Amino acid sequence: MGEHLDKEHYDLVCKALGPKMQFVQGDVAYAYGALLAGCTYFAGYPITPATETAEALARYLPQIGGTCIQMEDEIASLSAIIGASWTGTKAMTATSGPGFSLMMENLGYAVMSETPCVIVDVQRSGPSTGQPTESSQGDIMQARWGTHGDHEIIALAPSNVQECMDLTIDCFNLAERYRNPVILLTDGDVGHMRERLVIPDREDYEVEFRVPPPEDKEAYVPFEGDENKIPRVANFGLGYHTYVTGLTHDVTGLPATDDADKHTQLVTRLVEKITDKREEIVRVEVEKQEGARIGIISYGITARPAMGAVRILRERGVPVNFMRLISIWPFANRQVAEFAAGLDHILVPEMNLGQVVHPVREAVEGQCPVSCLPKIGGVMHNPQEVSEAVEKIPKGTKGATGGKKGGKKGMKKGGGR
Amino acid sequence: MFNKANHIRENYLEMTMYPSIFCSGCGVGNVLNYSLRAIDAEHIDLDGVVFVSGIGCSSRMPGYIDADGLHTTHGRAIAFATGVKTSDPDLNVVIFTGDGDAAGIGGNHLIHAARRNVDLTVVCINNFIHRMTGGQVSPTTPLTSKTSTTPYGNIEQPFDLCSLVIGAGASYVSRWTLGYPYETIKAIREGLRNKGFSFIEMLVPCPTGYTKKQKIPDGRETWDWYKESTILRSQYMKLPKAERAKETRIVIGKLRDSPRPEFCDTYGKLVEKYRL
Amino acid sequence: MRTEIRIAGFGGQGIVLAGAILGEAAVIADMEAVQTQSYGPESRGGAARSEIVIADAPVDYPRVTVPDVLIVLSSAAMRKYGEDRGEKTRIVVDDDLVQMEVEGAERIPFTMTAEDLGRRIVANIVMLGFITNRFKLVPREAIEKAIMKRIPKGTEELNMNAFQAGWDLADGKKPKKAKKAKDGKKATKGNKDGKAKKDGKAKKDGKGNGGKA
Repeated sequence: MGEHLDKEHYDLVCKALGPKMQFVQGDVAYAYGALLAGCTYFAGYPITPATETAEALARYLPQIGGTCIQMEDEIASLSAIIGASWTGTKAMTATSGPGFSLMMENLGYAVMSETPCVIVDVQRSGPSTGQPTESSQGDIMQARWGTHGDHEIIALAPSNVQECMDLTIDCFNLAERYRNPVILLTDGDVGHMRERLVIPDREDYEVEFRVPPPEDKEAYVPFEGDENKIPRVANFGLGYHTYVTGLTHDVTGLPATDDADKHTQLVTRLVEKITDKREEIVRVEVEKQEGARIGIISYGITARPAMGAVRILRERGVPVNFMRLISIWPFANRQVAEFAAGLDHILVPEMNLGQVVHPVREAVEGQCPVSCLPKIGGVMHNPQEVSEAVEKIPKGTKGATGGKKGGKKGMKKGGGR
Repeated sequence: MFNKANHIRENYLEMTMYPSIFCSGCGVGNVLNYSLRAIDAEHIDLDGVVFVSGIGCSSRMPGYIDADGLHTTHGRAIAFATGVKTSDPDLNVVIFTGDGDAAGIGGNHLIHAARRNVDLTVVCINNFIHRMTGGQVSPTTPLTSKTSTTPYGNIEQPFDLCSLVIGAGASYVSRWTLGYPYETIKAIREGLRNKGFSFIEMLVPCPTGYTKKQKIPDGRETWDWYKESTILRSQYMKLPKAERAKETRIVIGKLRDSPRPEFCDTYGKLVEKYRL
Repeated sequence: MRTEIRIAGFGGQGIVLAGAILGEAAVIADMEAVQTQSYGPESRGGAARSEIVIADAPVDYPRVTVPDVLIVLSSAAMRKYGEDRGEKTRIVVDDDLVQMEVEGAERIPFTMTAEDLGRRIVANIVMLGFITNRFKLVPREAIEKAIMKRIPKGTEELNMNAFQAGWDLADGKKPKKAKKAKDGKKATKGNKDGKAKKDGKAKKDGKGNGGKA
């Protein structure tokens, strides 16, 4: 794979994948997205409910001249893709809770060493081995804070099979652009669900590559941030002689572990290269109805029953605003704060006992109460549960559910990046 | 006049990193020297070499080489290296690791890389101790040795790392001590040339972490202790079978040299067959 | 318009595959469809469930709330998933493998018909033929296309025969090869293949179309 995704690679991938329109599982769609984004390396370890991704790539990668290897565990899997990434290859692994837990140390290494790579976490019910064949959204906080130390992470959450593919492409683009590990924070329900998937034409999606190093090797300072705080560090094998370490290092890449200033500079840059671009990374979808006093914020598979609830409530004449978080991390602080404006209450249905509700509450900053509608046990909410929860929200002085009839006319689609 | 030491220093070392972190009397520097001489003797272009390491004293070695280096997490060097090599088989991948890194926390990666016969050259610096953390028992610490976490003596049978990787399928295996510089350089050269998983175990003194605790004096006497504690394979093989079983000294020499199909080669053939 | 279909049985009966075929057929016919599944750790035996939602607009909630069509292919699945139905639910059960009385159910010999065709594993395709004809969920051409995409090579004729046999059952026609009297057949099967009658133990016949979920 060169510095560009040529038509030849795309054509080869399409040849391997078959018809442009398919009815496939989310797990398979991650594999498709990876291939379309130019991923030529996968390392993984079998785990329910993520195994189908490895199986798909074990089949397709040799067909397009890429490499697929089953490692001895998930630690080795993330190790291998980080190693592969340093040769300039786009690389991915896929796992679920227990494997994701094992990856935490190397996730921090990928952040610290600024290694572009993609980790698909098909969340299942935990803690520990939990319910292997059942779905969950229990890794939200682990994805954010599972590895030690101050850092930023990028995580996207697909709600349907088409997004499983599309967002995997985006994960690769974000990983390459920001030189950071990017997590596709998906779940067992989306992973095992089959839906229509349409493979895009090459003109219809972007493929990004990491910034190349300066041609002048004398001017090469591997870990100095550019105007976007992204280092122009060279891949291995090009004669730039780069030293990559998880230790605190200075701009040369060499260890500087006992220097408080250098540590502060490094970690601040690692954080700011993401937070400065929050608006570029964050993606939400908002659906507003006239007179709505209640808002629902959801993501991943849970957004589906939540949308079902919005439909039911609309039919009953209860207008509700809805926000779907497509990106989870970095968090959509501004978008959520604006969403909260004028609302009496925000409900956050999620398949855990309360995780995304916390950053939502933080972003809302007391504009209105925020409550979680938790669900665990492996089965997603059903729309009735969500609509009933909305109707149970006590009517405040502003009139919680007693708004005017919303209906389709009052609906406004908005959002964006 | 050509001076080998100057040649190595000028062409291979990252001088901004010196003085090194290694204690006086430590064997890591010697192994670095031998390794670079082996690479030089093989006329390998440093631009095509990646030095990979984990955590521990020996894992600091790539930092002192002016080349691409990947200083990874504890125990995972071989797994990272597997990624480097299998994604770009044209690169020459050399791993510097230690007994704690390779055989303790990273033992699983060690045996699996040997099993796959990935073309990696592993130089494992076995100093019998976890020195970077202050001298704790490791999976290779000899029985009865006193360490900071075995103050009453080690009761655990140590790993014979060479036997371990031979059992796992390594295609080239040698073990030497610092007292055999030419043999070591030759072994590393053979390891670099072997297309497959090569394992060179170096028994090196750790004056501050191991030998001192065993009351072995520094300098000459340390080197003598290593000489007395080891037996050349050629001599060992001459012993009658009954004597061999009783032998407590560590066997050194070339222990395995049996090339077999290498992972990247085999994978490449598979790709050739199934590529669309 | 949203139609919810639930197919339940035991692992190895091709429950998930049948659901995937039905969903794919809907998509081929340009409808919206989602197929979900739930199963235990067992690949063979154990209760398995596949759900398909077919609609003319994008499907939000992907699971079945109250099934419009409920197909049950084993007694255990009947006990586990059968109660979860509403007044409007049209229910079809396998005549041989669902051994209890099910009120309002149509009893159809899917498995027996498949056996008569020579392979018990195509019972799921017999069932698809039946429900395609009976409930007009998807066009016949679309589901035939979906079947051909997902079955092992070399089994096309067997599967098409199975589909036709199921289709005929819905028309009240007896499938061509099912000649023996029903009682007689049951007796033969009971003697010869007694174990297979018990849920979750039809291992011998469980391989093939079941696939991995």
